[in-house]
Amino acid sequence: MKYTEEHEWLLEDGDIVTVGITAHAAEQLGDVVFVELPETGTEVAKDEEIVVIESVKAASDILAPIDGEIVEVNDAIADNPAMVNDDPEGEAWFFKIKPSDTSQMDEFMDEAGYKAFIG
Amino acid sequence: MTDLKSTPLNALHHELGAKMVPFAGYEMPVQYPAGVMKEHLHTRDAAGLFDVSHMGQVILRGPDYATVARAFEALVPVNAMDLEQGRQRYGMLTDASGGILDDLMFANRGDHMFAVINAACAEADIAHMRAYLPDTVDIEVITDRALIAIQGPQAEGALAVIAPQVTGMRFMDVAVIGSDYGALWVSRSGYTGEDGFEISVEAGQAVAFAQALLADDRVAPIGLGARDSLRLEAGLCLYGHDIDTGTSPVEAGLSWAIQKVRRADGARAGGFPGADRILNEMQSGPERVRVGLRPEGRAPMREGVQIYAAEDATQPIGVITSGGFGPSVGGPVAMGYVPAAMSAVGTQLFGDLRGKRLPLTITALPFVAARFKR
Repeated sequence: MKYTEEHEWLLEDGDIVTVGITAHAAEQLGDVVFVELPETGTEVAKDEEIVVIESVKAASDILAPIDGEIVEVNDAIADNPAMVNDDPEGEAWFFKIKPSDTSQMDEFMDEAGYKAFIG
Repeated sequence: MTDLKSTPLNALHHELGAKMVPFAGYEMPVQYPAGVMKEHLHTRDAAGLFDVSHMGQVILRGPDYATVARAFEALVPVNAMDLEQGRQRYGMLTDASGGILDDLMFANRGDHMFAVINAACAEADIAHMRAYLPDTVDIEVITDRALIAIQGPQAEGALAVIAPQVTGMRFMDVAVIGSDYGALWVSRSGYTGEDGFEISVEAGQAVAFAQALLADDRVAPIGLGARDSLRLEAGLCLYGHDIDTGTSPVEAGLSWAIQKVRRADGARAGGFPGADRILNEMQSGPERVRVGLRPEGRAPMREGVQIYAAEDATQPIGVITSGGFGPSVGGPVAMGYVPAAMSAVGTQLFGDLRGKRLPLTITALPFVAARFKR
């Protein structure tokens, strides 16, 4: 698992990367009540706002961590946003992306690095 | 955060694991570990304890209550003089243009008036009262008492363990009740739409009093986050958001708080700041009004979202002043201002959310039925 400074986790499996938000991020957000996911098939650019996530407190965006194509989204979390709080690093993944440049994956933190990052 | 003030319960909030935020100059708990959603639902199901000590507590004293009330009526469009002893009433300070300087609760406590005002407005309110009330009225700002609210269907049972007399109180009654925690200044009121009480307690007794209530399984601590979603579902205005100097009480749907005696044909008609506009609006209707709004779907529409009459309209007709997710409603809820001509319940309008026009429907307030013990 790799981590971004935007509190996303990325799991590489072959040529597909699954993306979600970390338990730390889910806790900071509070109870999630709404998730808007991108369309499958969308080409996205790194740092583009592609997910809207609303908690009881506020709206936030999730940025595309890398360039690529969205190949699958997790409709279950749009139907049941509370999953994001219950199992952020498991069942409540957000989308799967096919990277257009796998070297972009190299800059992310490992688990130890992320733990140090969030202090 | 060193310049923030703290309430007498500050250390207790930290001990309870609260997430603290700056609010109206105070460090206040926005939520506890349970989180906003659970805190909200617990209040509606059982009882929630809120620290509202940041709010201003003021005693207005004169030769007698009637003298104070007569003077006070020059600042509010409300009938203060006929308020019975031991009763509380909602009101608002208005300005010369008919806007709202603050909303407040005031009580007839026999030989004086006791008022609770908004934290963010407290300083200005007190200056306003000092400037416009006659010398016969003495203004005493209470700084040595905490203010704690307990709200929800189990609030009466939990508070009655400490102060059994509260079971005999009706909605908007006030009483001074002796207890193990000193004299409690109790009102049966609140800001959640639930039955409940607000209790002013000596600062030195506040922690022990709060701990005694929290030791009851029915009672959980509730932060400002859930306080906001509870009052929004109850259709209650938040000063600085739903009401301010730019809104009149009539536009805000608060005409019910202006009793007949202060209206155009009343025995003490007018005589408060902005009376011309306010009484005129009551007679001929305001141009815009505050309404409840239910966005379709799940996406919350928050304060500042522009409202349009049609999906392709270019000019907004209104704006959301409070909005979020309503845990008891199970979906997004909002309040905002729209032209009176478009304010009928059931009217479909559109909110502009991140560049998309999403439907929302005008809905009767409150979103969740009030459960006051009248």
